[in-house]
Amino acid sequence: MALPAAKQGALEGRLATLSLPEAGAWGTEARRDALGRLEAMGLPGRRDEYWRFTDPGLLNAAEPAAAAAFENDEAPLFSAVDRLKLVFVDGVFAPEKSDDIALEGLEIERLSESMSRDIHWVREVYGVLEAGAHSPVPRPHAALNTAFASDGICIRATGRVSKPVSLVYLHEDAGSDAILHHVIRVEPGAEMTLLENGPAAARFNKCLEVDVADTGRFNHVRAQGRDHERVAVTHVFAQLGAESTFKSFTMTVNGVMTRNEAVIDLTGPDATAHIAGACLGDGAKAAFHHDDTVFVRHRAENCESRQVFKKVLRNGATGVFQGKILVDQGAQKTDGYQISQSLLLDGDSQFLAKPELEIYADDVKCSHGSTSGAIDETGLFYLRSRGIPEGEATDLMVIAFLAEAIDEIEDRVLAEDVIERLKGWLARRRRS
Amino acid sequence: MLEIRNLHVKLEEEDKQILKGVDLTIEPGTVHAIMGPNGSGKSTLSYVLSGRDGYEVTEGSASLEEQDLLSMEPEERAAAGLFLAFQYPVEIPGVGNMTFLRTAVNAQRVARGQDEMSAADFLKLVREKAKDLKIDADMLKRPVNVGFSGGEKKRNEILQMAMLEPKMCILDETDSGLDVDAMKLVSDGVNALRDAGRSFLVITHYQRLLDHIRPDIVHIMANGRIIRTGGPDLALEVETNGYGDLLAEVG
Ligand SMILES: Nc1ncnc2c1ncn2[C@@H]1O[C@H](COP(=O)(O)OP(=O)(O)O)[C@@H](O)[C@H]1O
Ligand SMILES: [Mg+2]
Repeated sequence: MALPAAKQGALEGRLATLSLPEAGAWGTEARRDALGRLEAMGLPGRRDEYWRFTDPGLLNAAEPAAAAAFENDEAPLFSAVDRLKLVFVDGVFAPEKSDDIALEGLEIERLSESMSRDIHWVREVYGVLEAGAHSPVPRPHAALNTAFASDGICIRATGRVSKPVSLVYLHEDAGSDAILHHVIRVEPGAEMTLLENGPAAARFNKCLEVDVADTGRFNHVRAQGRDHERVAVTHVFAQLGAESTFKSFTMTVNGVMTRNEAVIDLTGPDATAHIAGACLGDGAKAAFHHDDTVFVRHRAENCESRQVFKKVLRNGATGVFQGKILVDQGAQKTDGYQISQSLLLDGDSQFLAKPELEIYADDVKCSHGSTSGAIDETGLFYLRSRGIPEGEATDLMVIAFLAEAIDEIEDRVLAEDVIERLKGWLARRRRS
Repeated sequence: MLEIRNLHVKLEEEDKQILKGVDLTIEPGTVHAIMGPNGSGKSTLSYVLSGRDGYEVTEGSASLEEQDLLSMEPEERAAAGLFLAFQYPVEIPGVGNMTFLRTAVNAQRVARGQDEMSAADFLKLVREKAKDLKIDADMLKRPVNVGFSGGEKKRNEILQMAMLEPKMCILDETDSGLDVDAMKLVSDGVNALRDAGRSFLVITHYQRLLDHIRPDIVHIMANGRIIRTGGPDLALEVETNGYGDLLAEVG
């Protein structure tokens, strides 16, 4: 089927600056297939329902817009956490800045190594979860990622891992355009935590495919880089086996444009999936547009899913939430929860939400809610009447507003780290 | 301590005059009570003094130890020593009571040029004060006033007052909704704070609170004005006769 001219044009423009990396073995085929998917879908446009609230222009462009790296003297997030640190600079793995790739209970390789061997577990996951996630809506930038990813990490957790794997994305080159693709499998009974932080590049396209086998547990905490002008599109694809657990939290401050998509497939009974986001957006120094687009599909019985997304917006910042829970006919006893809320600190900012439920089973408990509101003036006055200055009082209420999302981080040390970061950001904004 | 002169206040949004010339002088170390029918402007007076939005002062002045209160931000008034125990304490979901207390205590110390209190000192102090008010560890951990009973909210107000050690304490119907035991706790808490440098303005409907917190001076407020001022006996008079006679006197 031929693509509409606009989509064809956008695709040609984007592909002009890309070439399929050498992959060897099965990788070449996986990349070619992904390119085929991309060519059939074309790139998204404003006319597409799924991109109604977010302009994909910056993602579709042949070249990234320049983005300066944000200089600051603060210790990066997770610095105090005992972790296995793997560093990428402008999207290229930097072994000399990283810890030795060795941790009990884990097999870790670079994507290029995994692709070069014909028999490999990664083959069953790389581009496979992505390929299965284009219905009912296509996700072209994920297919583009699978085709053109220049680096990535493949991790197989086989036991209980003692410390988190921490991916650190440094951004140095103001014109960098990075495409990373990570693949994770958590084997039965295994458990691991993945941390991600840093801006990564001027434009960052990242894909994370996570296959959690029966009874496996996967925890994910990420903080997206705070370079003001950076652009990012990210996808998380997760497939959950019976009695498995998946928990993912994302903190976002700054960035002219961020689109975070998540597709979570609960395929085995009694699985749990929680996905949460806390976002602070301020359009004063640069534009701020943040979009969370989530699709949770219950295919099996007795699973629980939670989506908790909170956004605090000011100075013309825009927040978007598109979230859907789909419950298949056989997925009885589903417990699905979705909440998306924004706190608008002024009249210039906006929150656009499209919450959806689609349920084909009759014995389920599903709820969703979306709200948008200003700060509670009575509460603010109460705090001020106790001597807390207005700015500090507002910050307290902002952190309180985000708390339900932050509470989704199981590890209290990581949660505190995130809270301190958010407080620091708020305090700096107050001073500037 | 507190000096209110000819205070006229209207609602900002509406053409409704609420306070119509209030005069009140409170000396250091004294306890004043204001009684009066519902809607006479007692809460409005307490809100205007503490700096709540929504009111417009059209005439008159209010000062705390010679500082012009009306030109200050609410937090500045608090740091200057003013405290209002709210008639309806506000629930703040997500902000822990303890965090709230510590932030408030330290903000006021910083505003007065003092060092912040160490976490250990603060904890010791708050535990001690909370114990007197029978406020348990759980109440300190919970979000501010969220899920608190009426009595718990009022005791929490007194805890804040005890921690902040203000000079001028206004209590707006702190007795409403309290049972006998809670009333005793609250008034003991207030009485413990009485000293020569601290003044109180106790707003109440009922004589019974004034049995516990004995006022030096009692005022009756009606229709936006103080219509009578007298000694503790005035409260007893109101208790037996109601406001009818007093209101009739002023016409
Ligand atoms: N924010 C407000 N909006 C509308 N009316 C108000 C507001 N605040 C006070 N009032 C009105 O002002 C009058 C005095 O109220 P208030 O000060 O609460 O009296 P009291 O505390 O003595 O019962 C009442 O008629 C009340 O309805
Ligand atoms: Mg009142």
